[in-house]
Amino acid sequence: MAQHQVNYASAGGLPVALTTVDHLINWGRSNSLWPLTYGLACCAIEMMASGDSRYDFDRFGTIFRASPRQADVMILAGTLSKKHAEFARRLYDQMTEPKWVISMGSCANTGGMFNTYATVQGVDRIVPVDIYLPGCAPRPETLQYALMMLQKKIRKESANMNKNKKQNLRLI
Amino acid sequence: MRKYVPKDSVQKKAYYTDRFHVVPSVPTQDVSTDEIFSKQLEILSSKVEIKSAYIQVGQMRVEINHQDNYKAIEILKNECGYEMMSEMSAVDYLAKDGTFEVFYQLLNLKERKRVRVVCRIEQGLAVESIVPLYKAANFAEREMFDMFGIVVNNHPFLKRIIMPDDWEGHPLLKTYPLQGDEFASWYEVDKIFGKDAREAIGPENRDPARIDRYDTKRFSRVGREVPFGADISNGEPETPIEYSTTFLVDYNASQTQLEDRK
Repeated sequence: MAQHQVNYASAGGLPVALTTVDHLINWGRSNSLWPLTYGLACCAIEMMASGDSRYDFDRFGTIFRASPRQADVMILAGTLSKKHAEFARRLYDQMTEPKWVISMGSCANTGGMFNTYATVQGVDRIVPVDIYLPGCAPRPETLQYALMMLQKKIRKESANMNKNKKQNLRLI
Repeated sequence: MRKYVPKDSVQKKAYYTDRFHVVPSVPTQDVSTDEIFSKQLEILSSKVEIKSAYIQVGQMRVEINHQDNYKAIEILKNECGYEMMSEMSAVDYLAKDGTFEVFYQLLNLKERKRVRVVCRIEQGLAVESIVPLYKAANFAEREMFDMFGIVVNNHPFLKRIIMPDDWEGHPLLKTYPLQGDEFASWYEVDKIFGKDAREAIGPENRDPARIDRYDTKRFSRVGREVPFGADISNGEPETPIEYSTTFLVDYNASQTQLEDRK
């Protein structure tokens, strides 16, 4: 095997890359965002389509997990009724830090066309939202874009989540 | 401008009627025009009091006293062959005459006939459950209880079916506001965070076109992007427009380049 040995010192540098701990941790976090398998209404169909082979969420390192204990991202996909709000919040509370929330579709963002007594008028009333994704229902490409925006956000923020909590104080 | 009319008694009387409005009416026939229906009505009238009966859109509508509902439906099921109950619920006529109209829609599969049994009950009275006759009535009666607050006697499991168990009010009453009352508007906040959080979270936004000019925590104005939560009460800076540098003509840098191309 001697002939394959690479002489690093003479080949232009040592096998060393310099970075910060923040970058390293955020690189890991942003490329393995595991969302919770959790659909509320018709947006969930688009969410499922994003996960299948045609749109292929796996290439972002995004693999749906069936347990909130293993999930990093909660995609609130669809109309959140007032009866269900309590359980959505409980699932959010069961997720381990660090965690992010994507509000998917008009209904989750603002209540959408359901301007009635039974619908939560925007999921930001119960959980802190990172990305608001408009559309009714948003196509899988749009959800992919929202996820890429979330990755971008994660890469920008501090790896120490306590520093990031400030903006979400209202609901923690 | 149209004259203002107080709208307090909207349910009792329409406050505006179109000059050329014609009230639609559905033609009705006498029960004697249909052989099968008249035979069934004869069986029924021998045992319960019939208040009115007629045929409309090929269906017989029979009005009875609310005390007789179980008896009448039992006769229709066992002696007239109505083996399926497709629907039952109530209609709110409280503003009109202080009663609910409870209706049962029955289907005879063999003779292809449908009959609607209707009874009026006053608010606060209960109807008898027909679950022993039709299993389908179980959920339907629970829904009627949930939506109108009509109690059903001898129901095996009478509790709310659609709204949460701790919900106040019955949403299908005409007096219930579409966007919810005070209780409904704070329901999820009270339940999850407690009443103390009401002030921090704030009331619901029911105006889909609402824009808060100085709110920088949601969406910023295009061309005036500012950091999250920045104070813009004293004006916000304009975000310079960036042209693509890979584009063939750089409009910012080179006027001559543009002229050359011409």
